[in-house]
Amino acid sequence: MAEPLAGPVSEPLLTVDDLHTYLATGQGVVRAVDGVSFTVGEAEVLGIVGESGCGKTVTCRTIMGLMPRRIAFSSGKVIYHPRGSGSILDLPQSEMQKLRGAHLAMIFQDPMTALNPVRSIGDQLIEAVTAHARPSRAAARDRAIELLIRVGIPAPERRMSDYPFQFSGGMLQRALIAIALASSPRLLLADEPTTSLDVIIQDQILSLLVELQRDTGMSMILVSHDLAVITEVCDRVIVMYGGQVVEEGDTATIITSPSHPYTKALLEALPQADQRGLLRSIPGAPPSLIDTPAGCRFAPRCPLAVQECTSWVTELVQAEGTGHRARCWRHHEVGKVGAWQASDSA
Amino acid sequence: MSQAWATSPSHALLGVAERASRRSRSTGRRRMILISGLAMLAVAIVLILCAPLLVSKSPTAIDVLHPLAPPLTPGHLLGTDQYGRDTLARILYGGRIDLAIAFGATSVTLVFGTLVGLIAGYFGGWVDSLLMRIVDLFFAFPFLVLIIAIIAMLGPSIFNMFVAIWITSWVSYARIMRAQTVVAKKQQYVLAARTLGYSRTRVMLRHILPNTASAVIIFSMVDAVGNITLAAALGFLGLGAQPPTPEWGTMISDGQAYILSSSWWLATMPGLAIVFVGIAFSLIGDGLADVLRPGER
Repeated sequence: MAEPLAGPVSEPLLTVDDLHTYLATGQGVVRAVDGVSFTVGEAEVLGIVGESGCGKTVTCRTIMGLMPRRIAFSSGKVIYHPRGSGSILDLPQSEMQKLRGAHLAMIFQDPMTALNPVRSIGDQLIEAVTAHARPSRAAARDRAIELLIRVGIPAPERRMSDYPFQFSGGMLQRALIAIALASSPRLLLADEPTTSLDVIIQDQILSLLVELQRDTGMSMILVSHDLAVITEVCDRVIVMYGGQVVEEGDTATIITSPSHPYTKALLEALPQADQRGLLRSIPGAPPSLIDTPAGCRFAPRCPLAVQECTSWVTELVQAEGTGHRARCWRHHEVGKVGAWQASDSA
Repeated sequence: MSQAWATSPSHALLGVAERASRRSRSTGRRRMILISGLAMLAVAIVLILCAPLLVSKSPTAIDVLHPLAPPLTPGHLLGTDQYGRDTLARILYGGRIDLAIAFGATSVTLVFGTLVGLIAGYFGGWVDSLLMRIVDLFFAFPFLVLIIAIIAMLGPSIFNMFVAIWITSWVSYARIMRAQTVVAKKQQYVLAARTLGYSRTRVMLRHILPNTASAVIIFSMVDAVGNITLAAALGFLGLGAQPPTPEWGTMISDGQAYILSSSWWLATMPGLAIVFVGIAFSLIGDGLADVLRPGER
């Protein structure tokens, strides 16, 4: 089932191969991630886009080994190349602990709650600095202040003793980024890092992330439901739907010639500056991941769907452009459909 | 026009706002509760520790010539009991045992119960089930009956009273702490801490504990009062301090026979001592509740 991977330009840093994460819930087994494969190259920014509940966050947390082991079951491989060719999925907690923070770091959607409310920012930064190294107290403090300067927090020395409630949302996200970068990770997973911020701050945080990524040469996975955010920042994009990758390719190709109806629908749902009238949405709702129907998961909402779509054993097929693949057997027809009549519902 | 507006603020409104802001400065006033509680406790501790300097008489010295002397008798400020022992001396020396129980018994159960609750809440699963079933087992018995049974088994003494409290009353802390931990571990900051590769111990002690400790600390103040009254109750039942050792509960117990006769002070004076220390701990608990919860101020 593992498909050949369309590789990034540079050396691979992290390879996810046929990753499945199933969640045992009271309602049944949720197939949250169902056969996801992708590779992040050294110093590459990979975007993961998709609507809520499509498996983006579960993918990230599975990579980090943060899914609760009692209810989340994973198969497939997650290979962190600097560590060798073994999968890090099966590593014991103690080994994962050494990877987390030091090699793989993650920042979260809501900075308001991701910092410990009863401890000062400086205290938490210093803790992050000393988590995987043993610097002296003074050196750790200096490094913490340096990190705050790096993420653009004014008067860092004074701000060190502040508590999270004294920071604004944007500053908290900056502080969180500083904490994530404390041990100079090779890969940063940014899980919707700008979703809870207003547009102007959003832009600042994105620029900061890009700048830090360029300066440090780390790789980054940027997860978002917002295509605009993704296209601004990422080299390559994977589009997820219903726990699967439905399209992957470099950003320019995906925007200009999407080869999966879902990607196209997402792009058309973006409001345009000169747009009049109703905003476009995709009719229908995302599929239930408990009793997932056979065939293409987007078929019930897809204007291109025909009878065969529901029986097709889906796979990513080569589309136009190198490394551009889509999970649609009619992908060459996607571009030809003009305005989508079906997507005009309110 | 705008200048006129700027130079003449609405004085009525300003007055309302100023009063409101003075009220919101109540942090200081709330801190007063804590400070007065601490002050009362400090007074009690100083009096009790300095007992040999304050009273010249031994708390166990029997003076058969002056039994049941009323308060304000020269030489006996609070009177004497049926054996002529000085009530003031007995209250001051007896306080040592009661305060030792307030601190010694409570601190051990606080630390142990908190750790058990933290581990149960954080690890969950069978660890949680096992620890909480043990806790349930203790809750299944009436608390006082359980303590009496343990002391009866070990033999009545002050140390065994400590042991009985250590064995039985950590369970409340474990329950409170577990509930708090279960809530706290679902918070993003705990996930974020794990993301950074912090060890379980570090996440528990440095991230969850500071956020959840206030509840058990506040409860421990209530529990300290409870332990003093418990010690008094056990002393009253003859299971705590043994005569002639002075202890507040034992003194009340001894004095009860005289309450209805004219010698009311025998039971009343040590009772007032318990009330005083109890109020001190309660005030500290209330004050801590306000001070330890940032953001709710």
